[in-house]
Amino acid sequence: MKWRPSELRVRKLGMIYSYPMGVWLLVFFVIPLAIIFLYSFLTRDIYGTVKYPFTLSAYQAMFSKSYGVVLFRTIWITVLSTVLCLLLSLPAGYAMARSKNQTFLLFLVMVPFWTNSIIRIFAWITLLSSEGILSHMLQGLGLLDQGMDLMYNNGAVVLVLVYMYIPYSILPLFTTIDKFDFSLLDAARDLGATKFQAIVKVLLPNIKSGISTALIFTAIPIFGAYTVPQLVGGKESTMLGNIIVEQVQKARNLPLASAFSVVLCLASTFGVLWMLKDAGSSKTKSSLSQQAKVEANVKLSHQGDSNERA
Amino acid sequence: MKEHDIERLHARNNQVHLSFSNIMLVFVLFFLFIPLIVVVTYSFNETKEMNFTGFTLQWYKKLFTDSSALWAAFTNSLLVAMLSSITATILGSMAAIGIKWYQFKARKAIISVSYLPMVLPEVIVGVSMLIFFSSLNINLGLFTIYIAHTTFNLPFVFLLVSARLDEFDYSTIEAARDLGATETQSLFKVVIPSILPGILSGLLMSVTMSLEDFVITFFVTGAGSDTLPLYVYSQIRYGVSPVINALSMIVILGTMALAWVCKSFLKTIAANS
Repeated sequence: MKWRPSELRVRKLGMIYSYPMGVWLLVFFVIPLAIIFLYSFLTRDIYGTVKYPFTLSAYQAMFSKSYGVVLFRTIWITVLSTVLCLLLSLPAGYAMARSKNQTFLLFLVMVPFWTNSIIRIFAWITLLSSEGILSHMLQGLGLLDQGMDLMYNNGAVVLVLVYMYIPYSILPLFTTIDKFDFSLLDAARDLGATKFQAIVKVLLPNIKSGISTALIFTAIPIFGAYTVPQLVGGKESTMLGNIIVEQVQKARNLPLASAFSVVLCLASTFGVLWMLKDAGSSKTKSSLSQQAKVEANVKLSHQGDSNERA
Repeated sequence: MKEHDIERLHARNNQVHLSFSNIMLVFVLFFLFIPLIVVVTYSFNETKEMNFTGFTLQWYKKLFTDSSALWAAFTNSLLVAMLSSITATILGSMAAIGIKWYQFKARKAIISVSYLPMVLPEVIVGVSMLIFFSSLNINLGLFTIYIAHTTFNLPFVFLLVSARLDEFDYSTIEAARDLGATETQSLFKVVIPSILPGILSGLLMSVTMSLEDFVITFFVTGAGSDTLPLYVYSQIRYGVSPVINALSMIVILGTMALAWVCKSFLKTIAANS
């Protein structure tokens, strides 16, 4: 007789195993999120806490002119940095996937990625500050005024954000391109496509899930960035994350901070859902690509035959 | 003749494209490493100036003998990293086992909630925890940092152990039970030994993330409970500090050692992150 767990027993054991984590996440993650959701509909009182009744005033304040500027800036910095990350990562990930030294290259990408983020920002401050080496070189060439910083502007923020988050786009792109069957590119070339056409029409559609993963995993942390704009940005580089911190720690306007957080939260969740949906549809795509591969192979072998005959 | 030309063109195009992506890769790697190389170089510089004036180890000496606040912060970091990673590893591994093999109430809810802390921006997690702790009048300090770190470590342990459990054959447990093992015996003598790689990688990842975290810690810290990243942040806000250069060198070396140890799983890690 084989032992089979009875239904009741199974239920009890599963709860014993899983409820500790479930309760932990409920108390320290779900409830705090519920609290900020609730707070975002309240107003602040004079003690820096919150008071009823429910209003939408925190959300209305978000669209006031000064915060609207920050929201707009956060969006364009996120878009620009993410696009730059992807544009650099696509060829880099492709080269890594085609390389014979994949492990070594991954090691080289992982070391800066795993190095403490504050240390990495500090390294950029060393490079960009007025007494930094890059400013020194540019001053020597007469391209920069003495004592001028390369920091404290939006360009520096974008540069350092790209630096911080580019591994998030390289890694998923590398992983998907690595699974791609490169003979498909040769097949496309043999069928008369240019290299560019082969990349755009064969490679890119096949690594779509990798691209959307890279996009989301790069865009979400950049959209919520705090440290980079705080340390290398100037007065005109404030992003959403900085507003939230400022409202919590200095202004003690918890409803406004909560409203901003809810918006960030919703934007991230929609991003992830979009990514998952895309990943789901790319599954059917990959079976299509299998079919395409077979067709290409058939055509190739036909070509081979005709060549032999000729 | 014409075909020959086309072939040559193809070959040349291939060459150009290949070198384009390789050039980009080299460029990206340079981009990733130059700041680190610069910091390491300046840690050996005699003066605080940016001109390299001469080789010295004085900043390292200062780091190891005359930086008590830094080492206090480091001790805090280690303490929090150890406690939070152990808690997260135990709870996360247990949850992974329960969810993999059993059917119970709120199972799906636990699965979906466990993904969320990984995808939300850190600022959100930090703010919500800060508001939560202050609404309960809990004093901010190492305890709240421990709670926060355990919370963001849990999903990673859960994910890594779940992945390992996917490869585990449930009939092994049935065999153990057939041979008379109790539930506890089969857990400790059959399940845990075979999923140990998953548990250990979860533990290692938790320690790393806990040591590395700045943003969430920044929200839930209280007076006198600086972790190392918080300490470094307080130092670099006011400009360049050679002792931090020396510290960076050691952190970079430590990271390289860690990446070297994980060398054989780097591909798996890349696929999961």
